[in-house]
Amino acid sequence: MNAVAQAPLLELRGISKRFGEASGFARKRAPVVHALDGVSLAVRAREVVGLVGESGCGKSTLGRIVSRLLVPSAGERYWQGRPYADFDARSQRAERLAVQMIFQDPYASLNPRMRVARIVGEAAVVHGLASARERDDYVAQLLQRVGLDPSLMRRFPHQFSGGQRSRIGIARALAVKPRFLVCDEAVAALDVSIQAQVLNLFIRLREELGLSYLFISHDLGVIRHVSDRVVVMYLGRIVESAPAAELYAHPNHPYTEALILEVPRIEARRRRYVPIRGEIPSPIAPPPGCHFHPRCPKAFARCRTERPALREIAPGHLSACHLNEAP
Amino acid sequence: MSAVLAVEGLRTHFFTRAGVVKAVDDVGFALERGKVLGLVGESGSGKSITGYSIMGLVDEPGRIVAGSIRLEGAELTRLDREAWRRLRGNRIAMIFQDPMMTLNPVLRIDTQMVEALRAHQRVSHAAALERCREALAWVGIASPDERLRAYPHQFSGGMRQRIAIAIALLNRPAVVIADEPTTALDVTIQGQILFEMQRLCRESGAALIWITHDLSVVAGLADSVCVMYAGRIVESGPVDAILDAPLHPYTRGLLESIPSRNPAGRPLAQIPGMAPSPMALAEGCAFRERCARASTACGVAPAVSNPAVSRTLRCVHPLQ
Repeated sequence: MNAVAQAPLLELRGISKRFGEASGFARKRAPVVHALDGVSLAVRAREVVGLVGESGCGKSTLGRIVSRLLVPSAGERYWQGRPYADFDARSQRAERLAVQMIFQDPYASLNPRMRVARIVGEAAVVHGLASARERDDYVAQLLQRVGLDPSLMRRFPHQFSGGQRSRIGIARALAVKPRFLVCDEAVAALDVSIQAQVLNLFIRLREELGLSYLFISHDLGVIRHVSDRVVVMYLGRIVESAPAAELYAHPNHPYTEALILEVPRIEARRRRYVPIRGEIPSPIAPPPGCHFHPRCPKAFARCRTERPALREIAPGHLSACHLNEAP
Repeated sequence: MSAVLAVEGLRTHFFTRAGVVKAVDDVGFALERGKVLGLVGESGSGKSITGYSIMGLVDEPGRIVAGSIRLEGAELTRLDREAWRRLRGNRIAMIFQDPMMTLNPVLRIDTQMVEALRAHQRVSHAAALERCREALAWVGIASPDERLRAYPHQFSGGMRQRIAIAIALLNRPAVVIADEPTTALDVTIQGQILFEMQRLCRESGAALIWITHDLSVVAGLADSVCVMYAGRIVESGPVDAILDAPLHPYTRGLLESIPSRNPAGRPLAQIPGMAPSPMALAEGCAFRERCARASTACGVAPAVSNPAVSRTLRCVHPLQ
């Protein structure tokens, strides 16, 4: 294989995102939120990368930068090995269509005043993937693909259940023939039995259409099930990244370890919970050094001053912890 | 040992313009001191309405149409408003999913806590404040003196939930009902709250009803489990029996659809279809439309059977 074929489908290099910075001549003294701090991430074609972290860790911001809903403050975004800045207007548009987003709340992300046929078919018509006359046939195919009855396309979103609404959101994303889906807590709002149905749909679509996913979730069980590789974030930084089975079997970073330990499991009966102390610090004033050190049971002097680099500790397994360098 | 709370044949129906919604339909269970009962079900299964019924918090157009709720031997369903007020927050307390529902956003924590305490006990303000301080320290809040003078918005979600728990436990209730109190919290914070609740119930001897959709949380916390579907308890029993050897197809379906119990990347075992609308519940077993074992016999509502000691089941085609 040559170098081009090896290049990941989508890559982020050194992405940072700060919110609330003074822009232009405006002299604001509003606090700056450091949502992302030097994040690098690559997703290969047909790969599913799971992104886990607790609220405020920047996982949704990262998803929005991947899908170009947000512009990073620093860093570069690559599509098939080419920096985004090199794209002309036309290929920018094509690339925008290739990356689609699926949102958490199936109630808030569908326009309540549109019928399903328009919600799903509008973008395809605008971008010339289907003519206005073919739209309904096109929508019918998509609805069938996501497991909805095409005869329901004249209905409004409120006439559907939560699980069905998730499927409409997925059909809408698929309408522009994407290659990459960013799923931001796409199953978090669903009941267990419905969540299983929608996860199965994601697994099937990936096989049928050769899609790549960035699957964002706080649920480690869901992430393990769907992902090839898992990336763990804490307060705007990636702390660990490894193939899914490896990460769950041999977590390296103390934060990952704690996360995996605290997930309630069916097998663990009447367990004694041993929680990690404290809460996630504010991203307005993140602690110096390793962001996790105030809560880390293994922290030592160096953790308080020096930021640990993300290093490879085993093939394909990266971790940002000073303990890996201790003699 | 006698039960601190015994619910029998509870039916809570909502009389709406569109028809009668049988949100809770013949629910019964008993709970002993210091024990934890997990009430599990998906949205619309009636698990929260069961909790509200026990708290006397069912509003129009809903009402308890049948059944009995006995708390420490006293019947609750026939109480008047005033008697309910004396009971709620005193002998029986509730913790909600969203702590902002419990906390008044414009009052300081001390005002709210002292009010909750003095509503039920004749104590001086200073003594009440001291009790509040102890309660906050008990649920793991550092520097309670300072925190008492803060407003709810100055706390994180996890801290607010701790305060809600402290208020619920302030009068040492016999029964605490917790309605998905950790669903909105992060994994590490959820672990902390579960840890505190376990400890607090052990230390105070309060019985706990933990309402949740998450069987994994119940596994780690509860002594016994009731699984609800469409307003009925379809299966109940000790936690190990229910999770290791479920007899109802719905319970097994729920357990099998948990991602971590399936080989990674393979399709999950799934329950087909979705929960029926509570408006149009047909006669018979409500799960039969989604059940692989259903037969014409399921057209008649299955009676409650006792397949083992302290286990109940509503199914004509049980597993095994």
